[in-house]
Amino acid sequence: MRFERRAHRSTVLVVIAPVIAVAAALALAGVLIALAGSPVLTAYERILTGAFGSRLAATETLTRAVPLILTGLAAAVAFRARLWNIGAEGQLYLGAIAAAALSAELAGGLPSILQIPILLVAAALAGMALLLIPLWLRLRFSVDEVVTTLLLNFVAILFVSMLIDGVLKDPMAFGWPQSKPIDEDGMLPKLIPRSRLHAGLLLALALAVVVHFVQSRTVFGTRSRAAGLNATAAVFAGVPLGRTLVQVAMISGGLAGLAGAVEVMGVTSYVTTELSPGYGYSGIVVAMLANLHPIGVVLAAIFTAAMFVGADAMSRSMAIPTYIADVTVALSLLAMLVAIFFTQYRIAR
Amino acid sequence: MMDLLDVLFSAGLWAAVLRIATPLILGTLGELLCERAGILNLGIEGIMTFGAMIGWLAVYNGADLWTGMLVAALSGAAFGLLHSLLTVSFGLSQHVSGLGITLFASSLAYYLFRLLVPVVGIPPKILSFQPLNVPGLSDLPFIGPALFTQTAPTYVAMLLAVLMGWVIFRTPLGLAIRMTGETPHAAEAQGINPTAVRYGAVTVGSALMATGGAFLTLSAFDSFIPTMVQGRGWICIALVVFATWRPGRALIGALLFAFFDAFQIRLQTMLTGAIPYQLFLMMPYVLSIAALAATARRARVPQALMQPYRRGER
Repeated sequence: MRFERRAHRSTVLVVIAPVIAVAAALALAGVLIALAGSPVLTAYERILTGAFGSRLAATETLTRAVPLILTGLAAAVAFRARLWNIGAEGQLYLGAIAAAALSAELAGGLPSILQIPILLVAAALAGMALLLIPLWLRLRFSVDEVVTTLLLNFVAILFVSMLIDGVLKDPMAFGWPQSKPIDEDGMLPKLIPRSRLHAGLLLALALAVVVHFVQSRTVFGTRSRAAGLNATAAVFAGVPLGRTLVQVAMISGGLAGLAGAVEVMGVTSYVTTELSPGYGYSGIVVAMLANLHPIGVVLAAIFTAAMFVGADAMSRSMAIPTYIADVTVALSLLAMLVAIFFTQYRIAR
Repeated sequence: MMDLLDVLFSAGLWAAVLRIATPLILGTLGELLCERAGILNLGIEGIMTFGAMIGWLAVYNGADLWTGMLVAALSGAAFGLLHSLLTVSFGLSQHVSGLGITLFASSLAYYLFRLLVPVVGIPPKILSFQPLNVPGLSDLPFIGPALFTQTAPTYVAMLLAVLMGWVIFRTPLGLAIRMTGETPHAAEAQGINPTAVRYGAVTVGSALMATGGAFLTLSAFDSFIPTMVQGRGWICIALVVFATWRPGRALIGALLFAFFDAFQIRLQTMLTGAIPYQLFLMMPYVLSIAALAATARRARVPQALMQPYRRGER
């Protein structure tokens, strides 16, 4: 079988590629559900109603989507410039702990209007700082950032574990290792009463629009794209590669740090090492499903969140492990890769 | 200070070094083979997890230990084929494809484990590999308990490092693999099929990674616990750079790394309470990053690493 490059990429193909990929992933996951001896269609139906079937289910899905939009944007911004930031998980944890620490130790007592922005900025800075280390290693020692960002995830989570078991440990938590809680005025307001949905959703949506604007309408956006398409050519064209990558890293790390902040300021109010069920890694899938487009990230994040929330609900009534959601999400990433390939190539006759 | 020396000269430390090193040796050799042919395989973490699960599951269901290893290897080969399809045939991003395989393989491992093994309080156990008694050598004072009380897969892993060094540097096959990783176009001009070489290297390399994972559940421990691979795959990728893509140095690097790890575990028990245990647990990851920073610039990367090869396309 040989492939030839398509003369031009049809927009229709690019838009339906993720739909086809998700359908393929769901079909493959169906095989695994059948393997568990359960009726496949009933399982899908329960996933769907579990994710959107009621007011509570829908708000729960959107709540889950908030950190995924932010980590998805973090991955999309970085990958577009070929900065392989696989460290969103660690950046998320540092962001969360920065917000919790600041609220508990310093900013507590400040009115919401001051405290919330301060905590968010601190979280973004913490995320940035963690990504600037591997970027510095890349620029200074030509160390590939994939491995260093991955390894730093483990370091960051252990660091958080050390803090919540030590100086930041909540004395009121009956000995459990969890951080002191965010001050009441530091918590994000709820969007809908009697649900967990919080204002972090608005922040995430606004940031998706801002990122889209920055990438498509500014010099920086063009430079980061050029750096990703062909770094050597970009340098010849006068793109300051180092500076552009530092800016990309600050945005990407900052977004991942914010993901941690909104999760702790919107949902949990304190940090444990179970804060994130892999939001950082799922963000990569979200970004790829969106074909790195910031607005697409929002839709992909809602799909991913729906899979997780729906599978949780489904497994309560059927003998199918909730891991089916992780499998489906991973499969949709692989299927999406193939789908993107076929938007660019076709089978030669 | 005396305590430290006691630790250094205890046979237990050195026995632990070899035990800790084994999965790293197997994983590093597997990754090295892929990268020598020009393919970065970030699927390693997931492939090791899946190998650990499926090897254990086979033995749990009555297979013998070596069959368990074989089952793990076959599962690794299957993921290797998938990675080859995506990165060699389709020429897709090796980073994203590898990460996708890691996410897929590890979540599939957890799914199948939950589905096929009843949930109980204590994870079920198997009878793992027992230490091999090497006649004559195992009875030597100090050296015997330090170096010759390992299980069979450990010795196999070390022999494999030597064997791979020989294949890569001393055989026509090794030359074909290296050429494909350096300049696939030139390899093709010499009558080598770069696509076939890459498929072979990635498949065999992935099989090796999976056996590294299976060592964890069939020899080092006797049960499967999700997340037990704990970033060992990523450490292997760092070790490949540290080893400058040479199997012999990969062996040395894995042993050196395992030495620090075994030493920090003992230090941790000596200094309980004085220093948070998390600082010790960070050591392997920090060490890997430091090793990368120290070697990356000097390392001679295979020139076609991460470059897809399409016939007739530049």
